[in-house]
Amino acid sequence: MEKPNYQNYRIDAENICVDYNGKVALYDANLRLKPGQICGLVGMNGAGKTTFFNALTGFVNISKGKIRINGESLRSAQKDQTIAYVPQSEGIDSQFPVNVWDVVMMGRYGSMNILRCPRESDVQAVKDAIERVDLTNYLSTPIGNLSGGQRKRTFLARAIAQRASILLLDEPFTGVDIRTEKLISELFIQFKNEGKTILLSTHDMIHVREFCDLVLLINKTVVAYGETSEVFTTENITSTFGGISPDVLFGPES
Amino acid sequence: MEFCLFSSINTFVTEPLTHDFMRKALFMSSLVAAVCGFLSSYLTLKGWALMGDAVSHSVMPGVVVAYALGLPFSLGAFIFGVGSVALIGFVKQKSRVKEDTVIGLVFTGFFALGIVLVSKIKSNIDLHSILFGSPLGISLSDVKQTVLISLLVVILLSVFRKDLMLYCFDPRHAKTVGINVHFLHYLLLTCLSLAAVVGLQTVGIILVVAMLITPGATAYLLTDQFDNMTIISVLSAIISSVIGIYCSFWFDLETGGSIVLAQTFIFLFAFLFAPRYGIFKFKKLFAGYK
Repeated sequence: MEKPNYQNYRIDAENICVDYNGKVALYDANLRLKPGQICGLVGMNGAGKTTFFNALTGFVNISKGKIRINGESLRSAQKDQTIAYVPQSEGIDSQFPVNVWDVVMMGRYGSMNILRCPRESDVQAVKDAIERVDLTNYLSTPIGNLSGGQRKRTFLARAIAQRASILLLDEPFTGVDIRTEKLISELFIQFKNEGKTILLSTHDMIHVREFCDLVLLINKTVVAYGETSEVFTTENITSTFGGISPDVLFGPES
Repeated sequence: MEFCLFSSINTFVTEPLTHDFMRKALFMSSLVAAVCGFLSSYLTLKGWALMGDAVSHSVMPGVVVAYALGLPFSLGAFIFGVGSVALIGFVKQKSRVKEDTVIGLVFTGFFALGIVLVSKIKSNIDLHSILFGSPLGISLSDVKQTVLISLLVVILLSVFRKDLMLYCFDPRHAKTVGINVHFLHYLLLTCLSLAAVVGLQTVGIILVVAMLITPGATAYLLTDQFDNMTIISVLSAIISSVIGIYCSFWFDLETGGSIVLAQTFIFLFAFLFAPRYGIFKFKKLFAGYK
């Protein structure tokens, strides 16, 4: 039998299981993504979306299965700065005493020396990233003084500064203003053209139809996975959300 | 009259400095305050105040055993400090009891063990000086130990300053970019144990936690910049130590208590008058007049 060529896949998660002290949060989950693909991660609260992200970032250990990033181990992907994670708004202490510049500079830490002294190239990368998310006027603003949308853009800039080829975004459209939403949509198209791979979790079905080539429906395990047009059906969504139809969940329009 | 005032202030400041034990106490307390103040920014941001309390109380039996065996007391204290944290982690993971309960349970257990040991082991351990500190009566060997430990902690915190900040702020990102968060976790715990060890000499086991959280909390109210927070924290800790020691000299007060009380007053001041986060928000008041 011919061995599959894993190098074709940016992300290749095979039968991964995660449990917290014996309590299963995710089991037998599979995901394969290629460069330039955008995949939506859809499921109820507690369905294992954040756990999936945690597993892909290496923040929790998987109890079973295998994760390969560009055909290599997760550890070498971390060393190469391949994966960037953009947290959910609630996942961050917004009162922490750091400003926009500090946060975006954190994206460069992994490639700096042990004292994390920024080089000329790091400073330039941070400047460019901040410019791309349109926050140049807020360099020294503490993150506590930013709006939800601006804070989201700050963390997006951190991921850009990191120059990662895989972006994991936890609820990128939750709690943001229209301007930020538009900017994020534009960035997604740019990222796609740059060949970045994006996995985003969302509650908004319209966003899934708009951006995502692929969709992964989960409820502790993968309910359905594939091209959005094929997989994103009423039947699949209903079984993902425990028997509640999408009309009830998101209104008849969706 | 002016001359009189000047000369009395002068006496107030210089008179204590003529005593050898006072110079030593001022130096030691400032050093310990600086170390604890440095660490304090991380502990308050990480939300480890209770952990600081636990570790500082848990070192008690270590100190007693080390004295009894003739070992450096910092060694015993360090082993029990780190041991208590390991035990807290173990019990938390293996039982359904909540973390704050486990912390309270473990550290009071260790503390009680220490008190029982003092009463059982016949030695010249002065329970009072362990519990309440004795910065005025520190021996030369203790001075050396304290200086060495303080240097070690300051070097560790300085080298890993930014990594520790990132660890407190967003450990998941740290992990994603290949930074060893387990190492940082234990580094912070090690520094905490070491700081508790040096801190207990000046203010004693019961109050050392104040040295580890109050300066950081004060600084947190005064700035939105992490580096400034560290500087303010260290400075407020040193100033409190000096004020505390002078007050204890002139008004014959318990030294450890005076130092902590000075810290509390500085916090109270920040709490009321901090420009942005104080109750009276001075910045807004002034802005009104512009």
